[in-house]
Amino acid sequence: MKTKWWLIALLVCLAVASFSPLASSSPDGLERVAEDKGFIDVGKEAPYQIIADYVFPGIENEALATILAGWIGTLILFGMAYGVAWLLKSRKREPVK
Amino acid sequence: MHIPDGFLNIGTVAATFVVSAGGVGNAVRVANKKLGEKHVPLMGILAAFIFAAQMLNFPVAGGTSGHLIGAALAAILLGPWAAVLIMSCVLIAQSLIFQDGGLLALGANIFNMGIVASFSGYYLYRLFVSMRGENRRSQLIGGFVGAWGSVFLASIVCAIELAVSGTSPIQVALPAMAGVHALIGIGEGLITGAVLSLVLATRADLLQLQKV
Repeated sequence: MKTKWWLIALLVCLAVASFSPLASSSPDGLERVAEDKGFIDVGKEAPYQIIADYVFPGIENEALATILAGWIGTLILFGMAYGVAWLLKSRKREPVK
Repeated sequence: MHIPDGFLNIGTVAATFVVSAGGVGNAVRVANKKLGEKHVPLMGILAAFIFAAQMLNFPVAGGTSGHLIGAALAAILLGPWAAVLIMSCVLIAQSLIFQDGGLLALGANIFNMGIVASFSGYYLYRLFVSMRGENRRSQLIGGFVGAWGSVFLASIVCAIELAVSGTSPIQVALPAMAGVHALIGIGEGLITGAVLSLVLATRADLLQLQKV
């Protein structure tokens, strides 16, 4: 059976997520502006935490916890958008039962 | 550019929620008409890629980092309404599961990085390609231009929201946000161009899919 192209593409996405421990930890553009202009403290913490800040909880090795969070998120997003698209796709060309 | 809770006042939260709900609702209607079998796996892959790539913050000048938004890339490949759906999936998951972007700020984040970035990226790309011809070179440069513009415009809209909320005056927020995102947008442009180049080399047919 010919391998589905998207299966390979999904593996590439997981590989991309594996580089996440190498990401810059500097504040992003908005955070930088909020710090410089003195309104960073107006921000509120989330009322609950699941995989907060892309670090999977309970794993001591932070690089591993980050990669795991990345893989989980990548798979969730694939499933979520695939599911939404599958539900929404036009069915007008399919025969009526 | 994920806005946390607390940065926006209740009026801005409500207004952006209403506009984004309307935008997503319309995206659902358009997708219902135009989305075909072949779009489905590409929607999943783009959402997965955008999530993964958004984790890879790259350094820009002065102890600041930026990361891909991805709306322009999604819009160029699939069309702006499909991109709104993809970005909404990414932003909802990031807010609910990864505590990146506030729950109340979700409407604003979908408006900025979903709607504004998708449409500006898409039409800047279209404009460029229509002027310079449908060839590889103009598609890649058009991708860079669309991606850069999408980040720049989204940051300006974000600054306006901060100003309207009374968090930071417009004459402070606007130049600061636009300035730093003019730099981050270069990264967005380069990544978008690189991915488009990869798609053109391996699956050029994907660019021929009907735009949604």
